[in-house]
Amino acid sequence: MSATAHAQVDDHAHDDHGHHHKETFVTKYIFSQDHKMIAKQYLITGVLVMGFIGIAMSLFFRMQIAWPGESFPIFEAILGKWAPDGVMDADMYLALVTMHGTIMVFFVLTAGLSGTFSNLLIPLQIGARDMASGFLNMLSFWMFFVSCVVMVISLFVEAGPAAAGWTIYPPLSALPTAQPGSGMGMTLWLVSMAIFIASSLLGSLNYIVTVINLRTKGMSMTRLPLTIWAFFITAIIGVISFPVLLSAALLLIMDRSFGTSFFLSDIFIQGEVLHYQGGSPVLFEHLFWFLGHPEVYIVLLPALGITSEVMSTNARKPIFGYRAMVASIMAIAFLSTIVWGHHMFISGMNPFLGSVFTFTTLLIAIPSAVKAFNYITTLWKGNLQLNPAMLFSIGLVSTFITGGLTGIILGDSTLDINVHDTYFVVAHFHLVMGISALYGLFAGVYHWFPKMFEGKMMNKNLGYVHFWVTAVCAYGVFFPMHFVGMAGVPRRYYENTAFPMFDEFTDVQVLMTVFALVAGAAQLLFVYNFVISIFYGKKGPKNPWNSNTLEWTAEVKHIHGNWDGPIPHVHRWAYDYSKVDENGEYIIPGQDFVPQTVPLQDDEEELQH
Amino acid sequence: MTVVLTLAVLALVAIAIWQLTKIFELSQLKADQSRAQIANDNDNKNNGYLLFAFMVFTYLITIWSFWKYSKFFLPEASSAHGAEYDYLMLVSFVIIFIVQFITQFLLHYFGYKYRGKEGQKALFYADNDRLEFIWTIIPVIVLAGLILWGLYTWTNIMDVNDEDDPLIVELYAQQFNWTARYGGADNVLGGANVRMIDIDKANVLGLDESDSYASDDVIVKELHLPVGRKVNFKMRSQDVLHSAYMPHFRAQMNCVPGMTTEFSFTPITTTADIRKNPDVVDKVKRTNKIRAERAANGEDNSDPWEYDYILLCNKICGKSHYNMQMKIIVETQEEYDAWMKTQQTFSQTMASVQ
Repeated sequence: MSATAHAQVDDHAHDDHGHHHKETFVTKYIFSQDHKMIAKQYLITGVLVMGFIGIAMSLFFRMQIAWPGESFPIFEAILGKWAPDGVMDADMYLALVTMHGTIMVFFVLTAGLSGTFSNLLIPLQIGARDMASGFLNMLSFWMFFVSCVVMVISLFVEAGPAAAGWTIYPPLSALPTAQPGSGMGMTLWLVSMAIFIASSLLGSLNYIVTVINLRTKGMSMTRLPLTIWAFFITAIIGVISFPVLLSAALLLIMDRSFGTSFFLSDIFIQGEVLHYQGGSPVLFEHLFWFLGHPEVYIVLLPALGITSEVMSTNARKPIFGYRAMVASIMAIAFLSTIVWGHHMFISGMNPFLGSVFTFTTLLIAIPSAVKAFNYITTLWKGNLQLNPAMLFSIGLVSTFITGGLTGIILGDSTLDINVHDTYFVVAHFHLVMGISALYGLFAGVYHWFPKMFEGKMMNKNLGYVHFWVTAVCAYGVFFPMHFVGMAGVPRRYYENTAFPMFDEFTDVQVLMTVFALVAGAAQLLFVYNFVISIFYGKKGPKNPWNSNTLEWTAEVKHIHGNWDGPIPHVHRWAYDYSKVDENGEYIIPGQDFVPQTVPLQDDEEELQH
Repeated sequence: MTVVLTLAVLALVAIAIWQLTKIFELSQLKADQSRAQIANDNDNKNNGYLLFAFMVFTYLITIWSFWKYSKFFLPEASSAHGAEYDYLMLVSFVIIFIVQFITQFLLHYFGYKYRGKEGQKALFYADNDRLEFIWTIIPVIVLAGLILWGLYTWTNIMDVNDEDDPLIVELYAQQFNWTARYGGADNVLGGANVRMIDIDKANVLGLDESDSYASDDVIVKELHLPVGRKVNFKMRSQDVLHSAYMPHFRAQMNCVPGMTTEFSFTPITTTADIRKNPDVVDKVKRTNKIRAERAANGEDNSDPWEYDYILLCNKICGKSHYNMQMKIIVETQEEYDAWMKTQQTFSQTMASVQ
């Protein structure tokens, strides 16, 4: 394989010049087939644009929870008829909650995170000229873009966007008579998600094929950086589970529009009996969570992969337990497909099934614990370069542990009974997958910004402020939230004033909202830093972080094919940081890292990783 | 008060941001220009200290939250299985906090201790099977214990059976209210289906009018339960998913249109008794203080509150999901019987309508 790749490569290198002249604005910036450009397109569409919308929504409904019934001019300005006199409407509240979840989980953290870094790093880190199919890759992005457009359009329809929660459980999501958002808004939601799933499958298949077939000479699977392992396994679980969500969406479309009864039965609403008979909403829950749970890891694994790479590089130490890290990624991926029932302990399914899912769910804590300990050991006796990317990586491990531990409670069917669907759950999953994945995303952006924007670096000091404000606020929002959940406050309540037993939580709701607003403002700092650095960022050296992986040997200037000359060969794993010979001297004198392209020295031993 | 608090927090945050930028700027002055964008010794020092401070922050926010908010927790369980639930919860929390304390310490302390310095050599330490084994096997053992204990409790709680002559109660959910139905004298619920709902005849739960078991059923809007008797709940929903959440009894089950779901518990504390629970007395005092303040300001929601068990909807069900509730009253058998006597049976209601 690599021989043929090479033949092409050399041809490429020769006619490189001519090739570049043919590029027009459209082929370079819009319908680009170059993985680096597609990565940037994902980053800007998925993270910056959709992320802005998703986070802004959360701030809006947090304000409603903290100050229920209060009038805010900004609500009236932006929500219009959904906030008469500036007071948010209850249907709008549910719509905001729903769209926040949908956008953050799918558009920001699945497409934005995985799409950006899989596209950028897979070819660069395995030593390939581009993805296996540049065309499919371009198609994947543009389908994602279309799904974004449809989803954003759904925000503006007459009866409001989908409002049945991001899990869109029928019958609520199936019956426009149950809730206005289940009309046109839900139709567009389903259409958008169907396109999104197709896009995700095209992307994932491309990632898998590329990793399997296009590795450069010497890049065995056991020499892959952990980022690639994470993207590779993520793509596999995406391919396995996303089609199931598509089937759920299709069946729901059938129920909504063509009168079938897959999920509906025995319904009396608005004074009349509907004809549906024999379907079961529980079936939908199974189908939804068959994707929905792996989805958590589709979001999280790339973030963990990025953290592994960033942490090792900046600790100037090999990642501890490479094999255990790979094994735990695989174990998590496998287990993630057989734990979905823990979202359904009290759904009415057979309690025996609950027992089985408790067992598999708590098992997943084992590989997760291994990963956490390995990260901590990687820091031990390192020479930590605490730049923003490194801080976000450490922050990820911190929130991953804090959020993961409460999973022991929610994964236990018994304990789940009383905290199910309360704020305890909200606190848990925001810390363990929301905040952690965002930290991974930020770590990745700070670390690979120079690779994306031709050597330009982001401003470090703004990065520090961004991290510290975010880190404090994230705990400030979600730590007290556990206590509100333990007190039995259900999630998705427009206001808590209908229950005097919740009266005394008003102060803590205000506190959480204030932290959320500050955290939201801190993200603007990041956006500012990002945009300014694209244009005015200082140019750094070719290998700014003194990293071992292949992407830093590629040309700083973006060229089609990544390397001007032949593709470099690989002779060692990616983590030979601070490796010394028997005299205690660095392998390369005066340099604490040994890039993957450096052949083994005569007396050097390759580690049996 | 909250406005002042908010402004104070905002001001403090603004000052903190300003100070942070200042610190980082100062550290920048001495920095080696060629490595301007990579962390230099000053950055490492500052952020190393900040990591240490952050560790202290995580501990403080934990302690502070417990000090401020642990009084929010629900009072001791008012159901027979609840004590076991609470104990399992407590043990899980103790384990969680031990692990949390240790791992956050190691993570942040290492971040502080091994902050980079010019010329410092990191230790090339790639693998250690024994360590990997240790931190695989410890979670395995701890989790095995938790799983077995949890499953044992789960099986007990979810075993809905007819032993001990349980009271049979149907919880009926619809947008956006609850209805309860008792089996009546025979303690058997009559057949029902949404297709038999007849609003004109006030047959709102769709009971089978020809079913003799249905005629003595009692339909109410306030759930009364005799203390000490097992209750088997049968949940139904007529429109969308709802969830019958009774937090004081550590009980929850979804209500699913098209099927009947079940949950069972034995209430052990009457409403009168729980009102005397010291934690509850304190909570009522605090809450009524807030409500008195509201009354003084002429705001809504300000009448004094008396503690009650409550049934909440805990599955998103539409616009008024946030206000779908039913009062639960646990009382002595005599009080319950007296109350039941005052209720009309289904056949009486039907007769009065016609």
